[in-house]
Amino acid sequence: MHVFLDFETQIADLEGKIEELRQVAAQDPAMNIGEELGKLETKAAAQLRDTYAKLTPWQKTQVARHPVRPHFTDYVGQLVEDFTPLAGDRSFGEDKAIIAGLGRFEGRSIAVIGHEKGADTQSRLEHNFGMARPEGYRKAARIMALADRFCLPVVALVDTTGAYPGRGAEERGQAEAIARSTEMCLSLGVPLVSVIIGEGGSGGAVALAAANRVLMLEHSVYSVISPEGCASILWRDSERAKDAAAAMKITAQDLLGLKVIDQIIPEPVGGAHRDPARAIADTGAAIHQALQEMEGWTGQALRQDRRVKFLEIGRAGLV
Amino acid sequence: MNWLTNFARPKVKAFFSKRNTPDNLWVNCTNCGSMVFHRDLIAQQFVCPSCQFHMRIGPTERFKAIFDGGLYETFDLPDVLPDPLKFKDEKKYADRIKESRSKTSQTDAVVSATGTLDGLGIVMAVQNFKFMGGSLGMAAGEALIRSAEVAIQKRAPFILFTAAGGARMQEGILSLMQMPRTTIAVQILHEAKLPYIVVLTDPTTGGVTASYAMLGDVQIAEPGALIGFAGPRVIEQTIREKLPEGFQRSEYLLEHGMLDMVVHRHDLRKTLSHITHLLMDRSPGKSDTPPRALDPGAHKIPSGVDRNNLQADHSIDSEISKEEEQRARLAGQTP
Repeated sequence: MHVFLDFETQIADLEGKIEELRQVAAQDPAMNIGEELGKLETKAAAQLRDTYAKLTPWQKTQVARHPVRPHFTDYVGQLVEDFTPLAGDRSFGEDKAIIAGLGRFEGRSIAVIGHEKGADTQSRLEHNFGMARPEGYRKAARIMALADRFCLPVVALVDTTGAYPGRGAEERGQAEAIARSTEMCLSLGVPLVSVIIGEGGSGGAVALAAANRVLMLEHSVYSVISPEGCASILWRDSERAKDAAAAMKITAQDLLGLKVIDQIIPEPVGGAHRDPARAIADTGAAIHQALQEMEGWTGQALRQDRRVKFLEIGRAGLV
Repeated sequence: MNWLTNFARPKVKAFFSKRNTPDNLWVNCTNCGSMVFHRDLIAQQFVCPSCQFHMRIGPTERFKAIFDGGLYETFDLPDVLPDPLKFKDEKKYADRIKESRSKTSQTDAVVSATGTLDGLGIVMAVQNFKFMGGSLGMAAGEALIRSAEVAIQKRAPFILFTAAGGARMQEGILSLMQMPRTTIAVQILHEAKLPYIVVLTDPTTGGVTASYAMLGDVQIAEPGALIGFAGPRVIEQTIREKLPEGFQRSEYLLEHGMLDMVVHRHDLRKTLSHITHLLMDRSPGKSDTPPRALDPGAHKIPSGVDRNNLQADHSIDSEISKEEEQRARLAGQTP
């Protein structure tokens, strides 16, 4: 059963009618529904295309959080061979909100790291809805260091509402863990490509996204604070999340304009969840291209590239 | 209604309110409520004499308290594009900035200065919580990068006093990008082998804690400062339980291994002097990684290592010039 978002009611109606028609026809094979079905399908497709061509920042946030949007595990399943997850931060525990490991991508060994939100109630709980604790960030930093030692490129898939705001997380140094992970990203002597596949929530996202290339899926969002959080602080009303989403400029299109990201990966019409296989394949192609661009770069050149890239952000407008 | 309410009462009120506020001669301690004479409070560096509560102070008070003889020179910080997103919530961001500027006479949240500490040249930056909650935006980010660069130019330790709610939401993603950008500032200090000392003051939270504020060579906090990633209210809402007494306060962090020390404001100058002198006086022969002087001949390079390579790979000078080159190239590409 498809999950429709609140702005998709017209699409839901049309697709519901199509489904109904098909069921009726299935019961009565003599019935000719071809013409009617064709009309409805054209209309539904147009409606979907038009709706997704002009999503508001808040609607994009909803798409980025869509429950069946492909997650880390889906990407790794389709793109990475011999994926070998590695667990633990070697200090305290294992945090499944971030998955990290080794694998083969387009024939070469890489390290893959990313947030996993989970796909059903049980796995969502297991992965803490993709909200990592310090152990997750320390594991990420540990695997990045491992990749650096063995000259393996690192691919990071970012999909988190934010780092987990809990008592234990604070006691074990959530802030420090995020800071160290960001620092590790910037120190790597191997290529680092980060892709925002859903939500890029604040410091919890940056910790995996201080990369040579930062790519974003067309309907993903990346922001300093969630629209709800921003609204509750600045408007003192979390109901104003729509306004906050618009004001903060959180869409891939805005961020490309601000030169914060390098590339937008187009999504299938209706969002990545409508055709996950294609969305993931296109993402794989973009990652492959980004890695190829950095082929043969020395560690020093890669560090320098990252440094210059981040120092340049915002400076274009220096007065 | 009558003469008493319409005339006498306002007069009486005005008389008292006037008498209560002349130049804030007396200040109420926000913690214990005791009245402290303003001049005593200044002498005590805004630490309550009865309960030792550390009140929030700004850059001027910090500079005066730490630098030799209270003498220092602030230096210019880069201008940044104002209000890059044309942000407006219930108020315009541009207006909030204006207000903070007139309230603090500062351009933005960070003020930086050079001076000496027991004779040793140091660079110091202070985040002022009074300027939009000390928040980290483009200006503060550039200020920290510039301060690190000045420290490297002067071969001086960099001492940073943090105080901030976090990243400045009104600059959206550009404020979030200050996390990696300021981390680069810390990295260039590390590479130059210059001490980067962080003094966390009340409050330091959010993206500030999750970047440069937790990356110091030595981490110091003032007593009772709120330090954390998420705010206590957000945590209580998330876990639906009451947080323990002293949660996210300096002493709590010290106990959990997140700080080197908690230092009373009156002892900060002495402690900072000790740490910076000890780190800078390190004898090159005693360490695996000797401090690198600008003159590459100043310390021995292990045999078997190609000196030219070593320089090309690690010299800050060459790195900076490379960066400038690349920047110039980038600037050329995007007119």
